[in-house]
Amino acid sequence: MTDIIIHCAVALLFPPLLLGIIGKTKAAFAGRVGAPYLQPYYDLIKLFRKGSVFSETTTWVFRAGPVVTLSATLIAVLLIPLGRHAAPLSFSGDMILFAYLFGLSRFFTTIAALDTGSSFEGMGAAREVTFSCLVEPTLFFTLITLARMSKSLTLSTILIYPTPAIWLAAGASMLLLVGALFITLLAENCRIPFDDPNTHLELTMIHEVMVLDHSGPAFGIILYGAALKLFILGAVFVNVALPLATGNPLVDWAIFVVAMMALAVAIGVVESVMARLRLVRIPQLLVGATILSAFALLLVLR
Amino acid sequence: MSAFADQLLVLVMLINLVMLGTSRLVFSIRAVAVQGVILGILPGLINPFSGHLAGITAGIILAKGIVIPYLIGNAVHKAQIRREVEPFIGYVSTLLLGAVFTALSFAFAEKLPLAPEHKDLLFVPASIATLLTGFLILTTRRKAISQVIGYLVMENGIFVFGLLLTEAMPVMVEAGALLDLLVGIFVMGIVINHISREFSSIDTSRLRALKEE
Amino acid sequence: MFFFLEPTAYLLTAATILAASGVPGLLLRAPLFGQRIAAFAVVIASLLGEIAVIQLLGGSPAAFYQVDWPLPFGPALFSTDHLSTIFLFPLFLVTGCVSVYSLAYWPASEQSSAGKLTFFLGLFAAAMVLVVVARNGVLFLMAWEVMALSAYFLLTTEQQSSAVQRVGTVYLLATHTGTMALFVMFSLLRSTTGTFAFPASHALAQTLPYATLIIVTALVGFGGKAGLMPLHFWLPGAHANAPSHVSAMMSGLMLKMGVYGILRTLSFFVALPVWVGWVILLLGAWSAVNGIALATGQRDLKRLLACSSIENIGIIFIGIGLALVGIQAHAPYLVVCGLSGAFIHIVNHGLFKSLLFLGSGALIHGAGTREIDRMGGLARRMPITSTLFLVGSLAICGLPPLNGFVGELFLYVGSITDGITAPLPLAALVAPVLALVGGLAVITFVKLYGIIFLGTPRSAAAAHSHEASGFMNGPMILLAICCLAAGMSPQLLVRLVTPVVGFYGDVAGDLFTQASSQVPLLPLTFVNILLVILTLIIGAVYLVRLRGSSQPRSTTWGCGYLEPTPRMQYTGTSFSELVVNLLGTIVAPRRERPVMTGVILPRKAAFHYAVTETVLDRVLSPIFHWIGLGFSYLRKLQHGQLHIYMLYIFATLFVLMIWTH
Repeated sequence: MTDIIIHCAVALLFPPLLLGIIGKTKAAFAGRVGAPYLQPYYDLIKLFRKGSVFSETTTWVFRAGPVVTLSATLIAVLLIPLGRHAAPLSFSGDMILFAYLFGLSRFFTTIAALDTGSSFEGMGAAREVTFSCLVEPTLFFTLITLARMSKSLTLSTILIYPTPAIWLAAGASMLLLVGALFITLLAENCRIPFDDPNTHLELTMIHEVMVLDHSGPAFGIILYGAALKLFILGAVFVNVALPLATGNPLVDWAIFVVAMMALAVAIGVVESVMARLRLVRIPQLLVGATILSAFALLLVLR
Repeated sequence: MSAFADQLLVLVMLINLVMLGTSRLVFSIRAVAVQGVILGILPGLINPFSGHLAGITAGIILAKGIVIPYLIGNAVHKAQIRREVEPFIGYVSTLLLGAVFTALSFAFAEKLPLAPEHKDLLFVPASIATLLTGFLILTTRRKAISQVIGYLVMENGIFVFGLLLTEAMPVMVEAGALLDLLVGIFVMGIVINHISREFSSIDTSRLRALKEE
Repeated sequence: MFFFLEPTAYLLTAATILAASGVPGLLLRAPLFGQRIAAFAVVIASLLGEIAVIQLLGGSPAAFYQVDWPLPFGPALFSTDHLSTIFLFPLFLVTGCVSVYSLAYWPASEQSSAGKLTFFLGLFAAAMVLVVVARNGVLFLMAWEVMALSAYFLLTTEQQSSAVQRVGTVYLLATHTGTMALFVMFSLLRSTTGTFAFPASHALAQTLPYATLIIVTALVGFGGKAGLMPLHFWLPGAHANAPSHVSAMMSGLMLKMGVYGILRTLSFFVALPVWVGWVILLLGAWSAVNGIALATGQRDLKRLLACSSIENIGIIFIGIGLALVGIQAHAPYLVVCGLSGAFIHIVNHGLFKSLLFLGSGALIHGAGTREIDRMGGLARRMPITSTLFLVGSLAICGLPPLNGFVGELFLYVGSITDGITAPLPLAALVAPVLALVGGLAVITFVKLYGIIFLGTPRSAAAAHSHEASGFMNGPMILLAICCLAAGMSPQLLVRLVTPVVGFYGDVAGDLFTQASSQVPLLPLTFVNILLVILTLIIGAVYLVRLRGSSQPRSTTWGCGYLEPTPRMQYTGTSFSELVVNLLGTIVAPRRERPVMTGVILPRKAAFHYAVTETVLDRVLSPIFHWIGLGFSYLRKLQHGQLHIYMLYIFATLFVLMIWTH
């Protein structure tokens, strides 16, 4: 019971802090002080208080988009094990539902973008669905590889399975999986090198340009949903990449939170030292990630 | 130690894919150099230490990791080319083909009648995969330099296979093969230089123009 | 029992009523009245048919009818079983919906062709019922031909248009090539068993001399009808150019007849060669990926839906292939989950594809065009159609909480379960393929829904579109409710397919329960309900928050540009351009770039864009072109002089006489 409460509390409250840490890291690399760690929370509170402007072209789809996206993401949070504890909601085959919940949220985000009739948002939507479509096989290859290793179809079992011993025994495939998962994490959350969340030119954006027209509470919901998604995929990554377990539940939670923060710092470092890829290059990198994960499966299968 | 050797072989196969996916020649030359260095380390991992072994390791790293890449790099620099412009098949497609070939080489290695102590190791699939990658580069790329890189990758594949036989293979054979390659690359370098001076292009698909009608 | 008749009798009655339903419309002076009678009769027939389906699902035995006819092929045999049931359920449901829909979509008061259309629609449905209940090869072929030909007359309803004529010819050629293969198949079957009556299931050994040939001809004949690649070439054109409710029946029902034929043929054999499962699996995967890739690039609304039918048929065949491979490898999860997935998808596709085609009819009716790029903003003027279409789009993408997800879930669980435990690691590779197909489906249907219904109208016709009438919306609402109900409580679907999986896959009941318990049906219901509740709560909070704050309205943010016009919007073609370029080898988009002429003021120039139908455009058309050239020499033999014709006949006779001696 305590674990479920901690799970929900961490999953609901922690995600925006990740964005704050990424921002702070980037600021440190640029030699600035940067916004405070809690800035994303301030932003969310500010947005929820604001009024909203609606375009005359939009219909109910535009208002439903962020809502459905957030609820699908919230359910995905319930399926993910955090800090070596089983998820509150776990059953055999939940890994498939997990992937399809992202599909549902993507469907609604993109049709909400198309609802504005803006060519920029259409462009963003087209890029989002295309790149996510290339990421999807990678996610499945990764999950199947882990499922094959752990002989289970339950996310909680699959993701708690990796341990330091497994790393020593099957280091090569684990390394490949971690590489593929990191690329997936960056691509799905539209971070550099796939997309620059801070760019100022709409033509080069992917995710940010899709939500240009949302304002006030809706934009708050979107920001929060994006943080949640970063948190979910980050948790998947941390479960595989840093399988440290002490046996003491509270210490495990602490390790998990610290690991997530370290991941945020790592993302911040990647964003500081890399440039955004040219758009034509992105599919190449994503196919590369798919091959990495397929390769991992191949090594596990033989 | 063989577990670590396996991880290195995975790295070798990944470098194959990197070479298939990149268009920048300098980058693929570096990749081939790294591959050479890894191949140089490998014999040391699977055999007990000896003077003979140290010699081989040093020789391979020197030849595959430094001298040959340096020579090709020089040729690239002189011919002033940076990218493989238009391969016969696109990068994503060759990358996927490479992945398929790698998978096939695993399937093929299963079928080979290998000694039981070699069965569980990645040497055979890695060597076939590298060989096939070399073929793929040779057949899909236009620039003469890319072709030289293709030959190098192929030779690396043969070398990995040879590692299984280190006990039986005297150093002279390996040295001879390396020497062949070295001479080949010298000749290539000279020819490339001459061609690029005469025709201001080293696109092999245009070599047909040299054919007598 | 409170049922007066047993199932087969109900089905035969329903088929008779269906076949006769259009006749009054042809004879009566008042065509509208005739059409209403027909619709009423079809609805009655559908209800009768559904009664039979319920009886069969309840386990009541079906009688075997034997009718002696004056034909020399043995008596005509009729019966039904669990395999037939799974095809009959969507058949009657969709037929009933379509007949009501046609009252408003193709009213006899406006369309002179309505009488003919109604007649053939009834005949078409009756022939499909007969195909499913026939138990004699010749009877089956006759029903098959009636089905194929009435489909031809239905799709050439608008025969004045040259495009319709062309696709009609292609369809006729394709279907008759298939029938030819079926003739061969049934003849071979007859020469092995000695009768045209269908052999009992699992009666033939795979070592029979003609077993391989029978299976191959069945794959060619039935696979062509099902739209399996590479025999799909007739499908996009035929579905796109038929009236929409006919497309709904062709795509939702007729394609499934091909699937039925293959399943029925395979069920004759006690065991199958190993390659059959793998071939079907590979063909299925190929069709799924290629079909959805083709769909992504389409600009024509109905052509897009037609290509996505190829994808769905591919998914069904993936399931069948997995099951066959599983039978060989003794992998029970693959058998149960593969078959369940395939059968569930057969029902589901019948529901949501019919819904989408009927919806596209409402769109064509309302906006007067099939071009996606000329629509836009229709959600404002057609709110009901747009909501129903959204339900259909989500379902076809396989997204929870709708029914499309259930079938795919079975396939995923089956392939991964047996992929990760020992027997068949290769089966696990199906999952990434399905994931890729799912991702492409999302692209396709986001494009379809977003460009058609959202944004601002791109043409005057779209701007003046109007909502469809109740007769059109009613059937669509029924189908959408079916999709939603089946998605929210997938147990309904599982109950539908349990008997057929047991019957077809030879799976014992406890094994079925054990394998299907791997599929999280109850948790899925729970998650679906949670999803809906969570969405409602967040939506309510959001709406309450909106109430209390200012909501000024303005134009869409144009990144600084203040006068956006509808033509500046992203079109469907531009939306899919990125992915079409990635899939270049499959889709092969052809672009003819405009050539700018004129010195100062450029003259008019045209840009042309089309997606290549590889098999038709690159392979078949050139072949037929060359054959045509070759035959033009033969045409010299035909010059209209009677005595020379007599000479031909005489010469033929002479040659034959010499041949026999």
